[in-house]
Amino acid sequence: MYEILVKKDLTPTITMMEVSAPRLAASAQPGQFLIVRTDENGERVPLTVCDYDKERGSVTIVTQKVGASSRKICALEQGESFQDVSGPLGRPSEFVGLSDEEIREKRFIFIAGGLGTAPVYPQAKYLYSRGAKVDIIVGAKSADMLILEEEMSKVCDHLYICTDDGSKGMKGLVTEKLAQLCEAGQKYDQAVSIGPMIMMKFVTMTAKKYDLPLVVSLNTLMVDGTGMCGACRVTVGGKVRFACVEGPEFDAYQVDFDEALRRQAMYKSQEVEADHKCRIRG
Amino acid sequence: MANKIDRVPVREQDPKVRATNFEEVCYGYNEQEAMLEASRCLNCRRPGCMMACPVSVKIPAFIEKVAAGEFEEAGRIIAMDSSLPAICGRVCPQESQCEGSCILGMKGQPVAIGKLERFVADWSRENGVFYSDKEAPNGKKVAVVGSGPAGLACASDLAKWGYDVTIFESLHKPGGVLQYGIPEFRLPKDKVVGDEIGKLKRLGIKIETNVIVGRTITIDQLIGEEGFSAVFVGSGAGLPKFMNIPGENLNGVFSANEFLTRNNLMKAYSAESDTPIYAGHKAVVVGGGNVAMDAARTALRLGAEVTIVYRRTEKELPARAEEVHHAKEEGIEFRMLSNPVEILGDEKGWVRAIRCQQMELGAPDASGRRSPVAVEGALFDIETDVVIMSLGTSPNPLIAGTTPGLEVDRRGCIVASADGATSKEYVYAGGDAVTGAATVILAMGAGRKAARAIDEKLKK
Repeated sequence: MYEILVKKDLTPTITMMEVSAPRLAASAQPGQFLIVRTDENGERVPLTVCDYDKERGSVTIVTQKVGASSRKICALEQGESFQDVSGPLGRPSEFVGLSDEEIREKRFIFIAGGLGTAPVYPQAKYLYSRGAKVDIIVGAKSADMLILEEEMSKVCDHLYICTDDGSKGMKGLVTEKLAQLCEAGQKYDQAVSIGPMIMMKFVTMTAKKYDLPLVVSLNTLMVDGTGMCGACRVTVGGKVRFACVEGPEFDAYQVDFDEALRRQAMYKSQEVEADHKCRIRG
Repeated sequence: MANKIDRVPVREQDPKVRATNFEEVCYGYNEQEAMLEASRCLNCRRPGCMMACPVSVKIPAFIEKVAAGEFEEAGRIIAMDSSLPAICGRVCPQESQCEGSCILGMKGQPVAIGKLERFVADWSRENGVFYSDKEAPNGKKVAVVGSGPAGLACASDLAKWGYDVTIFESLHKPGGVLQYGIPEFRLPKDKVVGDEIGKLKRLGIKIETNVIVGRTITIDQLIGEEGFSAVFVGSGAGLPKFMNIPGENLNGVFSANEFLTRNNLMKAYSAESDTPIYAGHKAVVVGGGNVAMDAARTALRLGAEVTIVYRRTEKELPARAEEVHHAKEEGIEFRMLSNPVEILGDEKGWVRAIRCQQMELGAPDASGRRSPVAVEGALFDIETDVVIMSLGTSPNPLIAGTTPGLEVDRRGCIVASADGATSKEYVYAGGDAVTGAATVILAMGAGRKAARAIDEKLKK
């Protein structure tokens, strides 16, 4: 069983859990994700891997209460278990293929938003611990919605915080901060953005102005996460790709964000609810 | 004369009723019906049925026992050659295998071999009879990748011969396509699939779910770090194909795999399940295989009016005859000689119609089938909310991509000899991972052949 070893509420709506999953912990790499299921009736919910500890045989996940399934996840307590934890899924980040010498010479900037802060952590940690220069921009609605600030500050040279209401750091959007840094002459070899799809779309538009190489991590719909269902299909460079096995990270400039946004909302649509006339009775 | 009796009809749920539930369509024979049907068998000296069976079940011998009312004996005879009779009796294409070669079929109706096999398997389960003689443990560990028909058959034989077998399954429930692909109304999950898997566990087989070989662990690690003497890869053909026509990424377009996985594995049809599914008011299923029939009949049960679109004619439909028959009885419309060219969307990006090209049959192609050719200018639209693509599947590249030295062909299928040996020593493969999408029984046959080859290799 996949026991919850540690549970910590980061904000009233965001929860961090360290979960026992030895096989997964042993093979996880930055950029990958996993799938959890709370109980027999639970959905398969894809979540990014926020951290992994091979010695403790555990992985850390961060969940935000947004719908029924994420509420179920957040309701689990320390000592209780997930029915299933499966992974790692997806391809590791491209920099995982670089040698430590190559990494040392590079400068990265991460642009994270909301829950997307969680998957940025293992990536920044991996790079910074190998000698890369790392800057991170984290965006949140307000100071009390900000997560992993302390952890993040330990794995980068500069941590820039942006809040919508100005309750912490700069008042404004992550895109404004990115533009500011670029205007100020900061140079980066690679940018990585992880956050809500709409944020990644705007980060892409901003980064383009500065010719900044940018990778985004797509949080599409998924069922199995192993390439079987195709729910995660996205158009990248005019070609249909499966985010679960060919991603989740892609070259931002090739991604059709409008399609991805539309597809992501497939089961949220009211049409689905209102139009559904199930024949099953009894 | 035995062969003067007509084939005993099998009781089924009324089409109108079953179109509103996911209960099994076919009730199967009771003891009297089974004995009567079994009495029709001529017990041929050279049984064509047995030769046409991919695992060579001793068909006349087990049927003779059924006719005599010795059901436990009948079960023992089947168990010698098939580890999953309750499943094969339900999903094998009997008309092109055993029953297709039955001598009675030349003039009339063949013996209902599939229904008799199912009867024996169900009788054994209901009466708690468990056929398995297990040899003493030999201390050798074998890993099986995938818990579909190929993996289960391979694991079952090896366990009986004393091997310590662990099956690694990527999903959260074992069974592979039996679990995620074939619907409840054709193959009950808890009653039949769960029971067959339970029997394998009683043989001492361990099943580790949520392990994605190629991601969670590699084949080389299984052999190296985990001490397995051999690995059988039965990872199936799970990757869905699409048509690459405009509009395929509109909301409301699904692969049959997605649609069926949501419904079967995730039980989206049940009110208790958290997994959503959308079948629309109208659904069009593209394709003519068993999976297309399953998707169509599932959409129907979820409340949609369903049309199956296929580019050849009914004669060429690759689905089992029984599935086509059942689909029609339930009210599914068949539009033959229609080839989709585009999916049309509304302003919100949802499907509103599918545009098809009218086809006609031309000259026979290399496979001997008359290939469909377009009727110039004849295009028509079918209004629909949902399009389900059921065009076949190909093997998942995950294992091939992470196993150095494992050869695959250009379709991504693992290259293996008739006994399952691959280009990598101690690694065997079989089923859809080798052949591309085929049938449950062929996969089982391949799993058993590989088990024999692994046994011979490890005995040396």
